[in-house]
Amino acid sequence: MSTRIFGSGIKRREDPRLITGEARYTDDIKLQGALHMAVVRSPYAHARIVSIDASAAADLPGVRAIFTGSDIGDLAGLPTAWLIPESDLKTPEHPALASDVVRYVGDGVAIVLADSRYQAQDAADAVLVDYEELPVVVDPHEAAQAGAPQLHADVEGNIAFRWAPFDKDASDAVFAAADVVVSERILQQRLLPTAMEPRAASAQYNAATGELTLWCTSQNPHIHRFIVSAVTGLPENKVRVIAPEVGGGFGSKIPCYPDEALVSWAAMKLGVPIRWAETRSENYLTTIHGRDHVQFVDMAASNDGKILGVRATVYAGMGAYLSTAAPGIPTILHGLLYVGPYTIDNVYCESIGVMTNATPTDAYRGAGRPEATFLLERMMDKVADALDMDPVALRRQNLIPPFADGYDVAAGLTYDSGDYEAAFDKALAMAGYDDFRAQQTQALQEGRYLGIGVTAYTEMCGLGPSQVAGAVGFQGGLWESATVRVTPTGKVQALIGASPHGQGSETTLAQIISSELGFPVDDIEVIHGDTTETPMGWGTYGSRTTPVTGAALAQASRKLKEKARVLAAHLMEANPDDIEYADGSFSVKGSPDQAQSIQDVALMAHLAWNMPEGMDPGFEESQFYDPPNFVYPFGTHIAIVEVDPVTGSIDLQRYIAVDDCGPQINPEIVAGQIHGGVVQGVAQALCEGVIYDDNGQLLTGTMLDYCMPKADMFPNFELGETVTPSPHHPVGVKGVGETGTIASTPTVYNAVLDALSPLGVAQIDMPLTAAKVWQAIQNANGGN
Amino acid sequence: MWPQQFDYQRADSVESALAAIGDNGKFLAGGHSLLPAMKLRLSTPDQLVDISRIDALRGISSNGNLSIGGAATHAEIAASAAVGAACPALAQACGMVGDQAVRNFGTLGGNIAHADPASDPPTALVACGATIHIQGADGSRSVGAQDFFVDLFETDLQDGELITSISLPDCSDCQCAYVKLPHPASRYAIVGVAVCLKMNGGTCAQADVAVGGATVKAVKCAGAAAALVGSSLDDAALAAAAAALSDDIGDWLTGDVAYPEAYRSAMAGVFLKRAISAASS
Ligand SMILES: Cc1cc2nc3c(=O)[nH]c(=O)nc-3n(C[C@H](O)[C@H](O)[C@H](O)COP(=O)(O)OP(=O)(O)OC[C@H]3O[C@@H](n4cnc5c(N)ncnc54)[C@H](O)[C@@H]3O)c2cc1C
Repeated sequence: MSTRIFGSGIKRREDPRLITGEARYTDDIKLQGALHMAVVRSPYAHARIVSIDASAAADLPGVRAIFTGSDIGDLAGLPTAWLIPESDLKTPEHPALASDVVRYVGDGVAIVLADSRYQAQDAADAVLVDYEELPVVVDPHEAAQAGAPQLHADVEGNIAFRWAPFDKDASDAVFAAADVVVSERILQQRLLPTAMEPRAASAQYNAATGELTLWCTSQNPHIHRFIVSAVTGLPENKVRVIAPEVGGGFGSKIPCYPDEALVSWAAMKLGVPIRWAETRSENYLTTIHGRDHVQFVDMAASNDGKILGVRATVYAGMGAYLSTAAPGIPTILHGLLYVGPYTIDNVYCESIGVMTNATPTDAYRGAGRPEATFLLERMMDKVADALDMDPVALRRQNLIPPFADGYDVAAGLTYDSGDYEAAFDKALAMAGYDDFRAQQTQALQEGRYLGIGVTAYTEMCGLGPSQVAGAVGFQGGLWESATVRVTPTGKVQALIGASPHGQGSETTLAQIISSELGFPVDDIEVIHGDTTETPMGWGTYGSRTTPVTGAALAQASRKLKEKARVLAAHLMEANPDDIEYADGSFSVKGSPDQAQSIQDVALMAHLAWNMPEGMDPGFEESQFYDPPNFVYPFGTHIAIVEVDPVTGSIDLQRYIAVDDCGPQINPEIVAGQIHGGVVQGVAQALCEGVIYDDNGQLLTGTMLDYCMPKADMFPNFELGETVTPSPHHPVGVKGVGETGTIASTPTVYNAVLDALSPLGVAQIDMPLTAAKVWQAIQNANGGN
Repeated sequence: MWPQQFDYQRADSVESALAAIGDNGKFLAGGHSLLPAMKLRLSTPDQLVDISRIDALRGISSNGNLSIGGAATHAEIAASAAVGAACPALAQACGMVGDQAVRNFGTLGGNIAHADPASDPPTALVACGATIHIQGADGSRSVGAQDFFVDLFETDLQDGELITSISLPDCSDCQCAYVKLPHPASRYAIVGVAVCLKMNGGTCAQADVAVGGATVKAVKCAGAAAALVGSSLDDAALAAAAAALSDDIGDWLTGDVAYPEAYRSAMAGVFLKRAISAASS
């Protein structure tokens, strides 16, 4: 039975506690005598702090302390931890509280510590801050122009970096010689990650032991530990970071924020526990945003439909400060993806990181790769249009042929494995592509506007080899470690350094161990999220937990299995070479009656009454796993839409997704990841988008204005799969956490533009709201 | 967010509610507009008087006219057979408010007192000629819906006054409907249009039209109505009505970055046609 656990769609073990409200999140942890922190935040996007008067606030009931930027000199500024090389990177100071200039609405200027949350907020409202307003710039392209308001004295022209690793002359030559060049300005609008649980942080300091415990909403508690250690000056061994249940992150809980530093500092300063939890309004203002690119993109092709090159200049909005991983997102995770699944021999990317008076940006589900896939797929449709070719035929003609173990692409990556055309064909068959084109023509005669979008994609995830991390300036490794610990009674505790937060990894990883080692899956516990209890790990992001932690667990399990085989042989007085294993049981070849179950062996290893010569007691193994390469899932997504030309409303009628993430450990969980990813990606195409006014005020500051996707916007998804194992991974799996987001945005965008093409509409900035679609139709019709 | 400190009191009669409200108090009905505003500290009452359990404010009765209690919920109204028969447009409007949880809490009285321009029920009330019944410390009075809505978040309601009921003329011999273009984020109306038509054979004998969402308040549209009366609701009449409608609402138009005035104005015309088609079917 246990051998079939791999590939079985068992229910997520996380769900009962999540669904019944029994899960314990950071803010559920009550700390005796805790004070509550409220942050006084700037109402201006750019202003000089003239003075702060906290005297009235300090007199309010329950208020214990108020600190401003000038009080926290012993708390270091927040570091940027992805220092991309050869980009002239500037890392402006990011103090936890601004003391002279505020640079976005929401920038912290003071903290209030009070007995209750209400009192803390009352006092925060009563802190009087006198500001002198400064000019504001929120658009990254405008901010990079001469004469734009300047954010940081040490970031000249607001340019934090300029990353352009490819050969410009070679690119120029390709474009100069090409038959066809298509161009577009693409706006990758800002998005709000909107995890279900807003951020929270609580800290407790024990002066006698010098130990700080920080509970926080983290995707990577070990990274939080060393950043908090660095900013507070506490040695790393005296900092314990616990990420209890974390209600989603989508990248937004990777960074270390001022709030986490401030609760830690205040707990140390005041000697009492400090609690903080953001409201949704605060979340929208101060938790990182995603995307925010203004891209100028060109694609070159020959008349017979060979794609020759792609190039882009990207103005990537960084917001007011460089968040933890921000510089790596529009560069390493973006420009290296410009080949996609196609035989494109020449790529060029110049990515310019621009400081703006807006919330800092950082990794948001897909992180750089959706922005790359979108531009490729948009330009493919434009080339097809320019050449009057079927966009499907154009894509097929340019797909990389199948490969099982390594394929070098012009962007410098080596893809692990791929069979793009198989997924492409399968999706097209599911969609009935040829029939659809006939229906579309028919519908048009009836005045109905149907459209189809087809995206072929591959992406780089399972981040990643540590050597590569070092070469690209990531200030950490990207391996994972895990311990498989078996108790005397044969129950398993798997301790992992990664920190899942909604993905279902506790289930999936238990399935890996079960299938390797034969323990029933329900006997296996996966423990994560506490730097004291778990081994070191770099965290859960970049679709890496199953590929990297899963590999570490598979290998640790294999070590244990080998120990078990030798011990079983010893116990049965047989030669280890004569031991056969099946379904959690070791037997001697030829005498199947004599057998030792894995549980028997575990018990005997613990008792250690009768160990083979030289074998240590206990039944536990650890494994550090550094992946030799990224993994590259791929697939084809197809959307069919109908646009109401009278209102501009879009009806998403069908959505087909064929994804290949190698062998699926749990198909239900894979489907869940694809569903969620597709919904988020479609929402970028259709409805989500941050709007700032010219003063840098967030107009989409609540869900009244910021459009979260809703279930009734979507048809039932039609999922399919192909299975192409990763050659370098112990169980062949690839990541699937971000593919939905990466593939779906251009799929739906292209479908809508396909529907609108008879009306002469060729471009609309995302999101494709009814008003924008309607306006584009009016403009194309000259208002008629 | 964390509201400022306030006292809470539950009233069991209209009189006790009126007596308790004080200078800086607010009536609390479903709380679905008031509590969010308090959490954002946009509203800072020092006293909440909960009126949601006052029997006299609950319930729906119909004896000729339809009378709806000021604290009747959207869900009750949407599900009421009496409302469905006498004024389907109002039942439809209440049925399109938010989601089921919002409709279970939110009340008609609270909705119109709040007078959010993007609300649904006010548009139906204005088109269908509703009367708002109000009681204050000095006695009671009644106001036509058209006069009740004054401007953006502004009504004829004075401080300390309570909406006790909303009455509607029986409309069972007319054809009425409410349709809306919901905002994709909030599902409030970008545009809502209500029509109430009396047909005589194939000819429109009487018409009432109101628009909300696109306007700072629910606006009665006499020009559009006039264009429909006497017609057979043919395409030419519908086009004329849509054209007149943009004049009717011109002074009251509102919009935002995402859904500008021009779009809302155009959609008012589109949804007028859709409302007429819904009413006629
Ligand atoms: C998520 C969400 C979605 C929504 N979507 C929609 C929508 O699509 N369409 C729509 O129309 N509305 C929508 N609403 C608003 C909803 O209709 C509310 O119910 C309504 O706006 C307020 O009604 P309430 O009973 O909750 O009033 P409350 O919030 O309790 O009160 C609102 C105001 O009215 C006053 N008040 C309440 N009752 C009376 C009374 N009887 N007499 C005098 N003053 C009174 C209060 O003092 C307060 O000032 C939505 C609300 C939410 C939270």
